[in-house]
Amino acid sequence: MQMTITEKILARHADLESVKPGQIISSKVDIALGNDITAPLAIKAFKQAGAKQVFDPSRVVLVPDHFAPNKDIASAQQAKIMREFAREMDIDNYFEVGQMGVEHALLPEQGLSLPGDVIIGADSHTCTYGAMGAFSTGVGSTDLAATMITGKTWFRVPETMKFIFNGKRKNKWISGKDLILYTIGKIGVSGALYKAMEFCGSMIEEFSMDDRFAMANMAVEAGAKNGIIRPDQKTLDFIASQPVRPVRDYQMLESDKDAAYLSVHEFDGDDIDLMVAFPHLPENTRAVGEAKDIRLDQVVVGSCTNGRYVDMEIVAGILKGNKVAKGMRMIIIPATQRIYKKAMNNGLLDIFIDAGAVVSTPTCGPCLGGHMGILAEEERCLATTNRNFVGRMGHPRSEVYLASPAVAAASALTGVITDPEQVVS
Amino acid sequence: MKLTGKAWKFGDNVDTDVIIPARYLNTSDPAELAKHCMEDADTSFAGAVSQGDIIVGGANFGCGSSREHAPIAIKAAGVSCVVAEYFARIFYRNAFNMGLPIIECPEAAREAAPGDILEVDPMEGTIVNKTQGKSYKATPIPPFMMELVNAGGLMSYTVQQLAQANSK
Repeated sequence: MQMTITEKILARHADLESVKPGQIISSKVDIALGNDITAPLAIKAFKQAGAKQVFDPSRVVLVPDHFAPNKDIASAQQAKIMREFAREMDIDNYFEVGQMGVEHALLPEQGLSLPGDVIIGADSHTCTYGAMGAFSTGVGSTDLAATMITGKTWFRVPETMKFIFNGKRKNKWISGKDLILYTIGKIGVSGALYKAMEFCGSMIEEFSMDDRFAMANMAVEAGAKNGIIRPDQKTLDFIASQPVRPVRDYQMLESDKDAAYLSVHEFDGDDIDLMVAFPHLPENTRAVGEAKDIRLDQVVVGSCTNGRYVDMEIVAGILKGNKVAKGMRMIIIPATQRIYKKAMNNGLLDIFIDAGAVVSTPTCGPCLGGHMGILAEEERCLATTNRNFVGRMGHPRSEVYLASPAVAAASALTGVITDPEQVVS
Repeated sequence: MKLTGKAWKFGDNVDTDVIIPARYLNTSDPAELAKHCMEDADTSFAGAVSQGDIIVGGANFGCGSSREHAPIAIKAAGVSCVVAEYFARIFYRNAFNMGLPIIECPEAAREAAPGDILEVDPMEGTIVNKTQGKSYKATPIPPFMMELVNAGGLMSYTVQQLAQANSK
């Protein structure tokens, strides 16, 4: 039977020859992930069920990244619940402040997310690992609790929507973020509800892994269960270049030629501009050129979407030798300690600081309105993050615009939403 | 099981940041979360909602983050049920896991007006708008989800599965 990559991964993990969309399966889980907001609830459910140990301590990953380093006493209490549970259960993959990073940037570095895996995380952006050819999806804390006990979870096999990006990028600034914002703009925030989004085509093949991560990361913003990209040589090179080598085997799978898709969407690079999502939904996208005279108070670069090294490099390239606009608050958050250090060693932090930006230790922080850059009433921020819902970054009457690191850097220099072409000669 | 309550009507794409803003997620105490339920959509909601009231949403209710604090906040605020045109994926799973009845019925959701008295039977999949004198048939709950519900939720189901596996 011809299957998509998503179906193949799920079939293997359910010990079945094949699966088809709509089928309910019980799937083995390679990695179960929780963070300082979601894990405490999962731990409570775990204990209430009378469980004494996790199914496999090497496959449970806990990352205090949302409100960590702890922003207040209540957050510290939550983080403590997770820390103590990790100790009690001998979970090595608990990443303390100092080793941690934004979870979805951290796991690939640690060799914990691999092609062909099934990964569940009590965080909606767990779909990020689809960029490596894994099936990964966000769940709630109770689902995480059940998986920590059994090593399994149930899924309804999703139909797959195929997105083909033909041609080339219009210019060097076009990134994975622009392609995914463009796609969400086309299909809407529930356009892929319950579905798998498979990204392919010449533009995806040319993209760096960091761009691919940004795309798979935001599949959930179209309502999808998972986003997925066929693993290739770039995926293998990425795995080989990470500081921690995988200790598990992995499988490079791809969709069969005649696999059945719910729908096929073809886009051409010539039609895709630098995109900006206007408040208050990621589907409210416009080309950057249509964003006229939108004054900004703050620019945030970071998050599980765009806090990776390539993103830091792009921002540094634009900021170098320049100053952020008067009154502008620019906050740059490398997503992991490793990215932070690499940015430091390569002089990027100097560029950021000289430009008048602040650089923060890794945290999800402002992306979800946690800490490190909360907006006041009627303030406006352009961020490289993933959501611009009402009140997402602070006051319910503040505004968030979503865009790529290049647009973020250019906009920080001018104080209004700006095409990087206009500031870089 | 029939749930009767007053409708609180919201629009499309009610996201989990609106249901319970992240600024309150430094606790998982249901009573504390309930105080801020729906705050960024309607600041009067948490103070004015009565036990048994029903939230009526539009399309894609519960989109956004995976925070289970969202169904917890709704349930702890006293809401008996959520009726919507359709739900976002993770919220749908979470609501079942939390034992918050939710039901998909586009017509009932669209036609309900704020304050209408609704009577919902989530197992039968029926909704009666008593104020307007109209009845609706909801999208049935998938059989596997019914198994979870009948087992008493995901955790009870998991404990049962484990007991079965251990007795083999």
